[in-house]
Amino acid sequence: MTLANSLLLSSILFCIGIYGVLTRRQLIGMLLSIEIILNGANINFIAFAHFRAADPTAGAIFPIFVMAISAAEMALALAIIIAMHRQKNSKLDIQQLRRLNG
Amino acid sequence: MAETFLAHSYLVLLLPLTAFVVIGLWLGRSNPRAAAWLAVALAAVNLAVGLALALASFDHVFEPLATGGASALVALNVEWLNFTPSLTARLGIYLDPISVVMMVVVTTIALLVTFYSMGYMKGDEGYGRFFALLSLFVFSMLGLTLASNIFQMFVFWELVGVSSYSLIGFWYQKPSAVAASKKAFIVTRFADAFFLLGIIMVSYYAGSFDFAVLNDPATARVLAQQTLPWGPGLPVLTVATLLIFIGGWGKSAMFPLHVWLPDAMEGPTPVSSIIHSATMVVAGVFLTARMFPLFVAADLTMEVVRSVGAFTALFAAVIAITQFDIKRILAFSTLSQLGYMMFSLGAAKISAGDGGINSLAYSASIFHIFTHAFFKCLLFLGAGVVIHAVHNNDLTHMGGLRKQLPKTYWSMLIACLAISGVYPFAGFWSKDAILLGAWQSGHYLTFGVGLLVGGLTALYMFRFFFLIFHGESRQEAHAPLHEDPVMTLPIMMLAVPSALAGIMAEHFFVTHVIPPLSPIPPAGTLPHAGWLPLAASLTGLTGLLLAWFLYGRGSRALVAVSRERMGFLYTLVSNKFYIDEAYLFITRRLIFDGVAAPIKWFDRRVVDGTMDAVGWLLQHGGNGVRLAQNGLLTLYLGMSILGIVLLFLFGGFPF
Repeated sequence: MTLANSLLLSSILFCIGIYGVLTRRQLIGMLLSIEIILNGANINFIAFAHFRAADPTAGAIFPIFVMAISAAEMALALAIIIAMHRQKNSKLDIQQLRRLNG
Repeated sequence: MAETFLAHSYLVLLLPLTAFVVIGLWLGRSNPRAAAWLAVALAAVNLAVGLALALASFDHVFEPLATGGASALVALNVEWLNFTPSLTARLGIYLDPISVVMMVVVTTIALLVTFYSMGYMKGDEGYGRFFALLSLFVFSMLGLTLASNIFQMFVFWELVGVSSYSLIGFWYQKPSAVAASKKAFIVTRFADAFFLLGIIMVSYYAGSFDFAVLNDPATARVLAQQTLPWGPGLPVLTVATLLIFIGGWGKSAMFPLHVWLPDAMEGPTPVSSIIHSATMVVAGVFLTARMFPLFVAADLTMEVVRSVGAFTALFAAVIAITQFDIKRILAFSTLSQLGYMMFSLGAAKISAGDGGINSLAYSASIFHIFTHAFFKCLLFLGAGVVIHAVHNNDLTHMGGLRKQLPKTYWSMLIACLAISGVYPFAGFWSKDAILLGAWQSGHYLTFGVGLLVGGLTALYMFRFFFLIFHGESRQEAHAPLHEDPVMTLPIMMLAVPSALAGIMAEHFFVTHVIPPLSPIPPAGTLPHAGWLPLAASLTGLTGLLLAWFLYGRGSRALVAVSRERMGFLYTLVSNKFYIDEAYLFITRRLIFDGVAAPIKWFDRRVVDGTMDAVGWLLQHGGNGVRLAQNGLLTLYLGMSILGIVLLFLFGGFPF
């Protein structure tokens, strides 16, 4: 396990996430992809903390922060999605949720 | 008693203003008949006030002058606009010989014309409005006459312009009246722009607006030493007085700015009458007389005043011979008479020697304003009666009206004799004084022109007279004509001063109305010409007899023959030397097409075009950006990611 491998893993996860966000048509799928992007970033943090930093605990705190905030964010996003689902009774298809166009 | 009148001198301005405000705002609409009576009553009171003021000021104004003392009295002096501590515009009433004479003339004519209008305007839609505007006109002219400083004079000068504009265009349903009022306003306004420049220049160098300062010979000496800081170093005195004179040039309709006056005949006849006799056109002559001590210090200005006046006198008299519209004949005759007044002022500078001042020429000019006001007012009011009776103002449809309009006939005869300068009617004395003044000052060419124009005046006035009243009737319908007593009364009242004003007032004018300058060479030192009245009368009689032979007798064969002989010349003159056409050419072809059209193109295409292009760009750019806002979340995300990638690739924004 080297720094290069870790960074490669994190960028692969990041790209998978981006791809998922851009191609998924379901809101739920997009949320999952965003989670993957965040985790890619977390691995990046941990990798640098482990291989480079003098005090690895400082690097470990950030992923915990990110996870906590993303959990809160997910809860909020899911609540909105459920509300949308109830109101529009739609399939949560991103192509049809276009009420905010210019 | 006299002091009380002087203390309340503002009444003479307040009364016509009251008439204007009350009639204009309220009475004119609710009760036009009462409005007319109110206007007449206030005009009558105003005449009484004016006469009382003139009598009260006599001791202060006229008496000291005859013995060589100071001659002006400022009856009212209120601070009005404080520009800088050293330059303040005041409102005042300035009584000196010429303003007192003008005040009497204006109030007298105003009363008679207002009274006459009650008959002439009867049944007109704007009956009430007419009297309001007439009162405003009189108010403005009195304010101009009595102004104590040149700034106040300019304000009232413009008021005269505005009120004449609304009176000339009184019948605004007629396109020709609208065009005439616009023409009058634009032409006089054009001249007023120069007047304003002159005022600024004079007040800048003299440090005051007040006539008392401007007319001080010391001011003229100061101005004469200065030159303009730019240009080829022109003397301030000459430039400033010429600029001021251009104002009077336009207002008094001197050639070539005379074009508005004949067209101004589109207004109701009482308006023409008051414009030509007491208000508006004499304002230019009055201005020149008012600034005389300053003007006389500038030799070139005096030359211009004299030449312009003499040329206009001749030019207008020649045109008047060929016209057929009776009001236009009178308009050209006014032009010609104004030319007399103007050249007389110009001739007050003696040509020989060290250039002293001939006070006779100056007083003769004011004298002619005085007498001319009466007979010209009469002529117009008489023409109004004729037009009212015949419903036409073309000479070819008149003739033989002597029996039907006897009162008008006799009054008009007196006025025609007066304007032709026949002894002992009013015009003889003032015209004689003008000619004598020009002769004494050594301006022989001007004198010759004046003498010739005297003959021409008799010719065209009696052509006018004979064609209206004598010979066969050329009317189409032979309805019985009548004279309205409301209209004939003022005419008959005017016939008295037309006949007698000259003989009675000559001594007064020659001794009491003289320019406020010293030293003036005593009258005895100037050559006297005892033969002059005889020569003037002879030319006048020649013109009169010529008119009789051509137009007075039954046959008009001579007219046709002479018209044919003259051929080209006749066409030229009867078309008023094509001056109007020349103006149209200059304005339409040269200014509109040559200057205005390219500027308009530049404005529309380049200036507006730039602005339009900016607007177009923003609008269409906005439309394009709007398309991107399609609400597709994926696209937004993709765009932001693309943005980040680009940011990384190019390391920041490209600018």
